[in-house]
Amino acid sequence: MKELTMNATVENITQVTAFVDEQLEALGCPVKAQVQIDIAIDELFGNIAHYAYHPEVGVATVRVEVVQEPLSVVITFIDHGIPYDPLAKKEPDTGLSAEKREIGGLGIFMVKKSMDEISYEYKDGKNILRIKKKL
Amino acid sequence: MTIIKILDEGKLSISLEGRLDTTTAPELEEVLKGSLDGVSELIIDMGSLGYLSSAGLRVLLSAQKTMNKQGSMKVTNVNETIMEIFEVTGFADILTIA
Repeated sequence: MKELTMNATVENITQVTAFVDEQLEALGCPVKAQVQIDIAIDELFGNIAHYAYHPEVGVATVRVEVVQEPLSVVITFIDHGIPYDPLAKKEPDTGLSAEKREIGGLGIFMVKKSMDEISYEYKDGKNILRIKKKL
Repeated sequence: MTIIKILDEGKLSISLEGRLDTTTAPELEEVLKGSLDGVSELIIDMGSLGYLSSAGLRVLLSAQKTMNKQGSMKVTNVNETIMEIFEVTGFADILTIA
């Protein structure tokens, strides 16, 4: 298990992505899964950066764990900002025209579609969001 | 991300290189904001774009809405990863992908 704790800012998304990618590469992660995980990081860490502590800045922890049989990676995002369950958000209507489309909820929807598991809990004053992806 | 802009009369071609995500989407938004006046044909070339996240989709949707009013928009050289994102999110029906 490896983890990184840093300020939850948009500027730090690149660093979080590099931290996770390094471990994925060491595991021989297929490119497609890596891209899907990178997008998930952008959506999830980006959400924390934008909303968890707004307008203040706070820290977030990203933890990477490897699970065997089947080989999978579990990434946990932890912040102690305002309680927010992104999974409770209504799924976007992907059939609407450009004029009627709303962009809200699209990021978490993409993450749900591309990951094998996703879960949220609020515990001890922390938002804990976990994604699992088979490699 | 690198953004290359070529304006030829009313035709604007924008080539994207890298990733269109939370960090870089505001750059594209800024470029489009200052460039679409008088443009009747917008082409966004994704040949060198690795992937995009919802922040990128938001900018594309906004550009599409603008171009619906004043001309046309086309997205070209879309790789498999990006095409899958367009399909999952319904953007394949909103955008003109050539």
